[in-house]
Amino acid sequence: MSVADAASPLLEIRGLEKHFSLSGDFLEQLQFQGGRLVRRQEYVHAINGVDLEIQRGEALCVVGESGCGKSTVARTVMGLLRPSAGEIRYQGQRIDDLSTQALLPYRRRMQMIFQNPYASLNPRMTIQQTLEEPIRLHHPDWNRQAVEEKVQEVMTSVGIASDWGTRYGHEFSGGQRQRIAIARALAVDPEFIVADEPISALDVSIQAQVLNLLMEARHERQLTYLFITHDLAVVEHFGTRVAVMYLGRVCEIADTATLFSRPRHPYTQALMSAIPRLEDDRPQHIRLEGEVPTPVHLPAGCVFHGRCAHADERCRREIPSLIATDDGSRVACHAVEEGRLD
Amino acid sequence: MSLLDVTHLDVRFALRKGDVKALRDVSFSLDRGERLGIVGESGAGKSVAAFTLLNLIAKPGYIAGGSICFDGQELIGRSDRSLRHIRGHRISMIFQDPMMTLNPVLSIGEQMVECLKAHRRISTHEARAISLHKLVQVQIPSPEARLDQYPHELSGGMRQRVIIAIALLLDPDIIIADEPTTALDVTIQAEIMALLLSLCEKHNVGLILITHDLGVVSQVTQRMLVMYAGRVIEDGPTREIINDPQHPYTQGLMNALPQMATPGSHLNQIPGSMPSLDNLPSGCAFHPRCHFVTRPDGQHRQACKEQVPDFVTSGNCRVACHMVADMLGYERIPAEEITQ
Repeated sequence: MSVADAASPLLEIRGLEKHFSLSGDFLEQLQFQGGRLVRRQEYVHAINGVDLEIQRGEALCVVGESGCGKSTVARTVMGLLRPSAGEIRYQGQRIDDLSTQALLPYRRRMQMIFQNPYASLNPRMTIQQTLEEPIRLHHPDWNRQAVEEKVQEVMTSVGIASDWGTRYGHEFSGGQRQRIAIARALAVDPEFIVADEPISALDVSIQAQVLNLLMEARHERQLTYLFITHDLAVVEHFGTRVAVMYLGRVCEIADTATLFSRPRHPYTQALMSAIPRLEDDRPQHIRLEGEVPTPVHLPAGCVFHGRCAHADERCRREIPSLIATDDGSRVACHAVEEGRLD
Repeated sequence: MSLLDVTHLDVRFALRKGDVKALRDVSFSLDRGERLGIVGESGAGKSVAAFTLLNLIAKPGYIAGGSICFDGQELIGRSDRSLRHIRGHRISMIFQDPMMTLNPVLSIGEQMVECLKAHRRISTHEARAISLHKLVQVQIPSPEARLDQYPHELSGGMRQRVIIAIALLLDPDIIIADEPTTALDVTIQAEIMALLLSLCEKHNVGLILITHDLGVVSQVTQRMLVMYAGRVIEDGPTREIINDPQHPYTQGLMNALPQMATPGSHLNQIPGSMPSLDNLPSGCAFHPRCHFVTRPDGQHRQACKEQVPDFVTSGNCRVACHMVADMLGYERIPAEEITQ
């Protein structure tokens, strides 16, 4: 690795957009309107211009409610989805337009952990086969012994007993399966891990086990994480930086400590006040009017204006961009920018 | 006597390999207007407990023993026909998934009217008026229009509001809510919980809230039960349990929460996972994961491995743990006293 590599971000996302067509194929798009045949297309605007940079060694958490596009960001970064616009660079090299063949070396360096461990393990493969598969794909020149040694090594490092190897996925509980999924991701010695809600399908006592495992792996292997979650308590514990997303846009991005001590964006504030706390007093929960609009018909201006108590004419008209504030966070809000809101 | 008294409830599922004990010796009571939380991880038996109250467990499940006494009447052993006066009428239920609960081919209004007419002899016109009133109570925007809409036209949060409106239709005494906000987003969850809480307070309705979320229980309920592998292991005022949990499992559950630890530090995890109900460990079901037993000097704790712990009272709580009993000096209380 050269010096320039160390200074530039490991992953860079620029102007990322992803739209999904709702209208089916060409014939389904044709409709009669006022006696004329017109073609109509509708899109789900899952991501609408996201810029993110992930530095080496970071654990960047992306939080938001369902439908905000956080999982789509993860999948687009991993190349599971093609972006509609924008670019993704890994160590300066653009990867979103590469062919499957050209992407293969990057696939080894970037691995993904999925939300549902009941769906992410192949039910017809033993655990040994599951763990061997990525190694054989990425290191076709390794002999049998080297592969098996590697499998043993990752099994030990995530706390899997070696006799699990001959068993199948269905024999394990959710927490154990998630351990296996983590082992599979670590088997090819990646440097960057995208984890899409890796603990939200698990019970509370198991969540702590898996979260500990992910943190240990991060320190031992100098991993960089893109961690997708909706759970702010997990973010506060795990993340070094946080990006809050709403309707396909980043509305605030800051260091974890900064964000939790002083959330700036009205949406972040509402989100934080909505977490049920263990403390005695009922919290001053900021009530949000209405619900998240559909990403099919995006509101004009700031995507949050319909539910924001501080929205004015400018918010309804002009899309706010991320602007740096005095404490190092970046906030996309006209009210914060104009000083109307602290 | 309380409005609802559940004593020594035993529920089993008759499977080919033998009976699976889903609930063992579960006792609790609920006063009018009281809010009770039932907390536990998946497989703890909290949903089975809720379903059993209205005898909604399907075969091969059956009630093997115990009693459910509601407003002076025994519910166990009653026919479906006679239970119908209670189900949905005096005790109503809110389920987890708002999409599964509503009938997709009937409009909201039709479902509400249907429910009212099944229990009361009233005209459709009157039933619609009551339905509209309930929709107003749950603060649905443009309630009149909603009556003629279908479930798929509403968002998740809106659907859960409709379900709360249906649960309130016949002015029940108790609402059982089984993970009512788990399928919803945090901001919507907070709204729905606040709504449920204010409606229960306003109409003096008892609430049994089943959840895995300690934060929600802490915000909403006055008393809570903690369940593990089909048994209640701790029971008492919510504040006391949250502030000072006694059972090692409850302690472990609280300590495992990320908000209890300094950011970035190692979380206090509970090792292992909940045992499956057809293969329960001997003695205290929690003993293989309990740090009092697994630590080096805990190996002599034979009682934990061999004997199912009885309840002991500690403050205003009761706890089923040998360790707590030892610390309290074996102040055991007889079972009859507990249920009162």
